[in-house]
Amino acid sequence: MKKFDKERVLLAVAGPVIALAVAFVLSAIVLLASGKSPVEPYALMFEQIGFSDIQVLVINQASMYYIAALAVAIGFRMNLFNIGVDGQYQLAAMMAAVVGAHVDLPAVIQIPLLLLTAVCTGAFWSGIAGVLKVTRGVSEVVATIMLNAIATSVIAYLWLPDVFGVKVGNNNTTGEMHESGWVPGINMGDAGEIYGLVFLAVLLGIGYWVVLNRTRFGFDLRASGASESAAAASGVDPKRMVLTAMLISGGIAGLAGLPILLGDTHTYSLNFPTGIGFLGIGIALLGRNSPVGIAFAALLWAWLDKASPELDFHGYDKEIAVIMQGLIVLSVVVSYEAVREWGLRRQQRRVGAELAAGHVLGAHNNTTKEVAGR
Amino acid sequence: MKILYGMQKPDEGTIAIDGEKVTFSSPADAIVRGIGMVHQHFMLADNLTVLENVVLGSEKLYGIGAKARRKIKEISDRYGLGVQPDRLVEELGVAARQRVEILKVLYRGATTLILDEPTAVLVPQEVDALFDNLRELKAEGLSVIFISHKLGEVLSVADEITVIRRGTTVGTAVPAETTPKQLAEMMVGSELPTPETAESTVTDRPVISVDKLRLETAGGKALLDDISFTIHAGEVLGIAGVEGNGQTELVDALIGLKGADSGTIALAEEEITSWTTRKRREQGIGYIPEDRHRHGLLLEAPLWENRILGHVTEKPNAKGVWLDPKAAQADTRRIVEAYDVRTPGIDVTAASLSGGNQQKLIVGREMSHKPRFLIAAHPTRGVDVGAQAAIWDHIREARREGLAVLLISADLDELIGLSDTLRVIYNGKLVADADPATITPEELGSAMTGAATGHLEHDENAEPGADTPEIRKSPEAPEDEAR
Repeated sequence: MKKFDKERVLLAVAGPVIALAVAFVLSAIVLLASGKSPVEPYALMFEQIGFSDIQVLVINQASMYYIAALAVAIGFRMNLFNIGVDGQYQLAAMMAAVVGAHVDLPAVIQIPLLLLTAVCTGAFWSGIAGVLKVTRGVSEVVATIMLNAIATSVIAYLWLPDVFGVKVGNNNTTGEMHESGWVPGINMGDAGEIYGLVFLAVLLGIGYWVVLNRTRFGFDLRASGASESAAAASGVDPKRMVLTAMLISGGIAGLAGLPILLGDTHTYSLNFPTGIGFLGIGIALLGRNSPVGIAFAALLWAWLDKASPELDFHGYDKEIAVIMQGLIVLSVVVSYEAVREWGLRRQQRRVGAELAAGHVLGAHNNTTKEVAGR
Repeated sequence: MKILYGMQKPDEGTIAIDGEKVTFSSPADAIVRGIGMVHQHFMLADNLTVLENVVLGSEKLYGIGAKARRKIKEISDRYGLGVQPDRLVEELGVAARQRVEILKVLYRGATTLILDEPTAVLVPQEVDALFDNLRELKAEGLSVIFISHKLGEVLSVADEITVIRRGTTVGTAVPAETTPKQLAEMMVGSELPTPETAESTVTDRPVISVDKLRLETAGGKALLDDISFTIHAGEVLGIAGVEGNGQTELVDALIGLKGADSGTIALAEEEITSWTTRKRREQGIGYIPEDRHRHGLLLEAPLWENRILGHVTEKPNAKGVWLDPKAAQADTRRIVEAYDVRTPGIDVTAASLSGGNQQKLIVGREMSHKPRFLIAAHPTRGVDVGAQAAIWDHIREARREGLAVLLISADLDELIGLSDTLRVIYNGKLVADADPATITPEELGSAMTGAATGHLEHDENAEPGADTPEIRKSPEAPEDEAR
């Protein structure tokens, strides 16, 4: 049986490795085509990993990518495409900022309250799409895209001075949050501070794995994603599962903006990072919806983000990193599908071969049983 | 079969047509070489006419108008197919659709026909008609490859038989010199099993009672109407019927995938009409689905996860809300051994097993939870003879221990052999009942087309098949109108 395990690891790694290699090569071709060195930008960006301030930036950024990607991944695991993570986390961050600015409780209550506000806001926003899908059959893809646009408008409304907005120069903010809601970071000296909520990201990753792989609910969710009809026949209520998965996905999405909100900005302003939800889709894809894979993918993405500004100082455009991110997503989709099919066919052939050779688990023969049982 | 039709490439070996070696890289290549395939599942567009379906994709041959119609008529008359080009496919019965499929293949100029389990969906009278068609084709100089697991049919229609077991040729036979028993022994490699059950184990304790069950389409048309039956502990109730007469809906209503529009279902004394699928399964309804790939398995998941499917809340798969993978894996190993599932391990995906082994896993899984009532929809469809015998044994054994079984099958021998009671479903209603001890497949077949209702008595004087010619002669027999 070891053989099949090794095989699975090989298959799991082959997809991303092929995708990354293809993306690097294609980006190099783009560089060549624009008449520049295809190697030097990589060297420059790799060099950046060595600097501790970049490391801190990468970790902080990755924590938010990670949470957003988990939110997307939980949808993917049951064949739901929550494109609305972007709107969900922005709206949730804003609501948390508003609550944080207007409520002042001791930190032990304040911080959980802010987290809960974010979770509920995110879940509420995705829940709208969930309810529409369950009751009216509206595709969650369409509903969540539209809800993203609505979220932008809602945020603009909440920013009005006579609602919750506070003008600081030309910037719209929600006012400074009370200090009891600030989450202290880990001081790394000159390198800066690692957000305290990086640990929340780690916990969410562990929770994600445990729930999916070790609970009945997780099994039902994965079964629904693998085969809707088989899951229904096994006793899963498909509508309830869709709604639950949407709520969980939105709830996690609501947390994606909090590391920076509670750890650094302490207000929701025009400068608040946008687009994390969309990046999360690519990261979840690259990470194959696995908590460990997503962690690597989030770090890779954050590195591309944070190491690329250096390129501007050397006569390269930092948008190379964006091109690369796009190429990675494209090659990931192609290579994963190819590897998956290849793996399935390969396993079928091997099972056939093993059976022909008499390595049968059920055979009434002790010697062959031992062979198979290894 | 896939290789012959160019869907898959051979690793070794050659194919020769008229003595000329050929290689196919796609079905299109195979078609050019005159190979035509009639699939088990028809590939027809329901809302198009026969003519449109036939010309679809080969418009270049004879156009789409009068010329194509003439050609279709010509082929149809030549081989006695009786196809009417202007009818909508959705109005046609299964047998007529199959003839359209055959005509489609001939229209494209096929000289070698591959028929994959063509009789699985037909009643005996229709099978005879199909065989007449095949003999016509043969007489006109065409070759036919007829793939079937029904031995009697192969013996009656073939000129030469090749037996394949586990991917290799185990022998060839000449029908005139071979008995079904010998053929079966070649297929299984041992003695032939029969579906016959020994003594009756029927008790008077009702396990499942269905009363006036009705199920409607969204438009209010009845899919099931006035379905009432009771199955007792130790009883196998067989449902015979041409496919598409409400069997699928009946199973869905019993397992809880579709809610009944009226009527009640009771398990033992308890009414379960409003129960969810999960609760029904937890409370002892076992389910062997008609389509195991769609309803019984997660094809890309390992075997042990498939062992959990459908029983995720029950021991040994779960402790409270937590899964118990270790226990589930250990139990999967037990099932694999006890039910002789041929696999190198429990971590391989379900997709890598053969159909028979997948089915044995499903049967093992369902039996492991000591069901009180088992829904067995086509339990041996598409499985090899060895697995078929094993599955019959398990059903028989469970019946002896007091299991109530609802058996739905297109294999009339299986139905007659395993059932204690037989009912015929036609157009969503249970129209006839029969005693499996005396009824013949031919008599059952005519009830399945709606030609007979009420209690079917075996007529000792009737010649077997004597009532068939009229159905055979009119290609659009009553079953077609009813659909």
